[in-house]
Amino acid sequence: MAVKTRKTRQSKPIPSHFPNIDQVGIEERVARLNSRSIKKDSKVKALKLALSMIDLTTLEGKDTEGKVRQLCYKALHLHDSLPKLPHVAAVCVYNSMVGIAKETLAGSDIKVASVATAFPSGMSTLKVKLQETKFAIGQGADEVDMVISRGKFLAGEYNYVTDEIAAIKEACGKVHLKVILETGELNTLDNVRKASDLAIFAGADFIKTSTGKIQPAATMPVTLVMLEAIRDHYYLTGKKIGMKPAGGISKAKQAIQYLVMVKETLGNAWLNNNLFRFGASSLANDIIMQIIKQETGRYHSKDYISID
Amino acid sequence: MPKVNTLNFNTDWQYAEAPESSDHVQLESRYGHFINGKFVAPANGRYFKTINPANEAKLADIASGSAADVDKAVRAAKKGYKTWSRTPAKERAKYVYRIARMLQERSREFAVIESMDGGKPIRESKNIDIPLAAAHFFYYAGWADKLDYAFPNRRASSIGVAGQIIPWNFPLLMAAWKIAPAIATGNTVVLKPAETTPLTALMLAKVIQESGLPDGVVNIITGAGKTGSAIVNHPGIQKIAFTGSTEVGKIIQKAIAGTNKRYTLELGGKAANIIFEDAAIDQAVEGIINGIFFNQGHVCCAGSRLFIQESVADLVIRKLKDRMETLIVGDPLDKNTDIGAINSKDQLDKIKYYLKIGVNEGAEMYQPSCRIPQKGYWCRPTLFLNCAQSHRIVQEEIFGPVLAVQTFRTVDEGIEKANNTPYGLSGGVWTDKGSKIFKVSSKLRAGVIWANTYNKFDPSSPFGGYKESGMGREGGLHGLMPYLELN
Amino acid sequence: MKTKTKIASRKSQIPRVLVNLPEASDERLDLDKRIKVLKTYKIYIDGKFPRSESGRYYKLKDSKGNHITNMSRASRKDFRNAVVAARNAVSSWSDRTGFNRGQIIYRIAEMLETRKAQFIWELVSQGISRENSVNEVNTAIDRLVYYAGWADKYQQIFSSVNPVNASYFNFSVPEPTGVVGIIAPEEFSFIGLISNIIPAILGGNTCVVLASESMPLTAISFAEVLQSSDVPAGVVNILTGFEKELVSHFSGHMDVNAIIYTRNDPAQIKAIQISATSNLKRIHIRKDQNWMSPESQNPYIILDNQEIKTIWHPIGF
Repeated sequence: MAVKTRKTRQSKPIPSHFPNIDQVGIEERVARLNSRSIKKDSKVKALKLALSMIDLTTLEGKDTEGKVRQLCYKALHLHDSLPKLPHVAAVCVYNSMVGIAKETLAGSDIKVASVATAFPSGMSTLKVKLQETKFAIGQGADEVDMVISRGKFLAGEYNYVTDEIAAIKEACGKVHLKVILETGELNTLDNVRKASDLAIFAGADFIKTSTGKIQPAATMPVTLVMLEAIRDHYYLTGKKIGMKPAGGISKAKQAIQYLVMVKETLGNAWLNNNLFRFGASSLANDIIMQIIKQETGRYHSKDYISID
Repeated sequence: MPKVNTLNFNTDWQYAEAPESSDHVQLESRYGHFINGKFVAPANGRYFKTINPANEAKLADIASGSAADVDKAVRAAKKGYKTWSRTPAKERAKYVYRIARMLQERSREFAVIESMDGGKPIRESKNIDIPLAAAHFFYYAGWADKLDYAFPNRRASSIGVAGQIIPWNFPLLMAAWKIAPAIATGNTVVLKPAETTPLTALMLAKVIQESGLPDGVVNIITGAGKTGSAIVNHPGIQKIAFTGSTEVGKIIQKAIAGTNKRYTLELGGKAANIIFEDAAIDQAVEGIINGIFFNQGHVCCAGSRLFIQESVADLVIRKLKDRMETLIVGDPLDKNTDIGAINSKDQLDKIKYYLKIGVNEGAEMYQPSCRIPQKGYWCRPTLFLNCAQSHRIVQEEIFGPVLAVQTFRTVDEGIEKANNTPYGLSGGVWTDKGSKIFKVSSKLRAGVIWANTYNKFDPSSPFGGYKESGMGREGGLHGLMPYLELN
Repeated sequence: MKTKTKIASRKSQIPRVLVNLPEASDERLDLDKRIKVLKTYKIYIDGKFPRSESGRYYKLKDSKGNHITNMSRASRKDFRNAVVAARNAVSSWSDRTGFNRGQIIYRIAEMLETRKAQFIWELVSQGISRENSVNEVNTAIDRLVYYAGWADKYQQIFSSVNPVNASYFNFSVPEPTGVVGIIAPEEFSFIGLISNIIPAILGGNTCVVLASESMPLTAISFAEVLQSSDVPAGVVNILTGFEKELVSHFSGHMDVNAIIYTRNDPAQIKAIQISATSNLKRIHIRKDQNWMSPESQNPYIILDNQEIKTIWHPIGF
């Protein structure tokens, strides 16, 4: 089944060579990027940019229609007392909640992203995953966040992993596909790079670090490796792949550090929410607090910012 | 590779200025020599000025050392040696530890002044120069009472008065490299910092004064070449430790011929940084950047010759150019500055001279589009592509942010070209293959090999050159040897 | 002394040149009226025994002024050829394992043991007492054995693993300096020669040696031992000739990495120290040493001709 899909879609064999990654070298590059000092106007601009890149996320077993509605309302009204605040890029929910989210967000340009493919484990058949994907799209999802089969990947079945992504991409059609590598289970940066290259090869529009269910989730070294994979693909093909670190990014300062990394690795074209997203739930509020601090000169309290 | 897919690093979102605050820094308008525990005026009453190379503003007047001043310092050191060499080793250690801690305490102030006086980015003086200097004192302090364990079947004793002459590229760090092992092992010191960067050595003198280190153990004389030569030629000195150019190193070696003075020399370099096709390319590119643009390329072990295996040459050069686009050149005190000011006008002239030579030799010059300030001494990071071994920019030490790029086809060719130089201080090897690292590292004729990294330093790690890059080691266990008599 | 007298007496029978075979030390053989085959002492370059390219020689005389034999008087060009040979040998010799170099040096000891008589006789013929000659040769053999044992151990004594304050594995190891020029002691002509050559080559260096001017015989015979002991060509090159003529070439040659000077001539030492700056040669002045003493053999002498190399590598995955 998988092979069949591949034959219809891919004519080239999957990559057989993957660049090596040196862990210490990556960590030192990250440390140097993190030493950038972002102050004043530059900081405010970065904070607003980061806000506009958030995929406001709720992915819990206890999610209800009520919870999702509240989240969507928050997405539309981040902090109304601050004018000219951008709104987030998208909300990200389970596929059963896509309909509610679409309905609540109707009329806005906030996108609805749905996780799919037996999220978060991915432990199911392609048939089920395709059904799920099609269901999410049928519900109106603008974006699909799939997970790769990490077990197959670690077992060396790269064809399987690639074909699966390609099949989901085919099912997505024009709907944007984000491919979650779940880097916390891949263990090495070499694997992160390999999985990034395979996902991009198979047709991912975005590559994404994590489900948020496994620790560590997004880290800066992992993100840098993925950005470098995106850069190499751009060098070769001119095609721009998006990046989404997700999970564990809850502070404004971290968000700015990610933006520095994007700025100095990929440059201007990636500094917008078409090509860069944060998957986060509490990040937005911390950014809002920081923006208020920048504008009032006063450190703020969480008590003044809604927590939907 | 198509050239159309260019990345644009001139982003809509720019970094604002982020200056390190310097209001806590206290500079005096005039500094004397530090002799016998006191700051004293120069015998001939002459001073010279030290300036900030980033804006050419005067920072302070500095005593100009004459032979009389040097003689006074050597006498003080000789006198100091009598008691210091007999001070119990564990007590000596405590003084050196004190200096280390006091440096850590005042590290921010030292960092700011280092950047003001020498032009290096505050990011480097804060994260590298000052912490490493303190760590050096800390490391050698611990050796003072453990020398019996260092050299099997030998009893170690101190030598006497060490004359130490240091360069302007790492002013405080080089002072630490020289003073720490010397005094920990029971010697006393007359040290001369470089004339363009004397301030942090003089601040160190203040720290030493506050530490209560006995008078005469460390003496610091400021001045230019003549002052240095008075130290070298003074008969009361038993050992010379010099860091600087190979040319001056040879002059020193000649000057002390026929005497019993011992010496260590840490001289120039023209290190090869070799990128093999199986390297982690993005990290290698970062290593190239650190190798040549660290401290404006004012680094004796800078990776100033880049050798790229031909199969990855286009990719590496493309990535290198993109990475250079993100380098920020400017105010050394701005926390985001990657490349600061060239240390002096003389050095800038020398670099410009070599840029002209490179162009005339037919190498292809590339510089990124970064802005540079109007006032002060500046040089954009520079690549010379399509170089050959016969080019002067490949053979001669430029001591600036200028990288000569060559390609090679086989491992043997890479090694042969890398070794094709009178220098032998350092080298870089980038490959994912372990056995290749060991083979290439052992074939490179150089004292420090960075494999899959570059420009790393540590007090416990011996540093020093082969061939015309010098003799003797500084740092680590091996760095004790120059300051000890083994019987 | 007794032997010496014999030598002198033989001079009347065979004019000008001495019968210089080892058997000659056996007094019974002196009764033999057979005309001996004489040995020509040549120089040793690149594993071969040429005469000086200059064609020059000097007369070797014993302490009484009797002519023993003619020695090659090596020229600047001989020295240059020797350096070329030594340079060519560096790479493969230093690539050998310490174990292998130890085996070869032990082999030198074995060969020397079996040719002891010749060396004793040569020393005696150059004016050293019989007792001292025996001592010197015995000490030389034992010293070879001593150093053979160091070949795979000095690295452990002088290496270090450096605990740097970051995620790097960092270690320092000794590596040979390269080509070493040795002006061997004028006195202690044999033990002094061995005591300077062996620590240099066991550490992977190659050398060009100027033998004692007044007592050069054992140096050339030692070259024969080296040649038959698996020491590769070019690793040791031995010249005979005049220090005054050659030493400036030793110290000035740009392809010689280090110079060992073992004689006590302050003016010469100063000249070397100046001339050797041309390429920053490592200079080792080993004057006034009693090369027979046990203290004169130690691993620190090996270290003199080693460079410390430090290698860094990240620790990660």
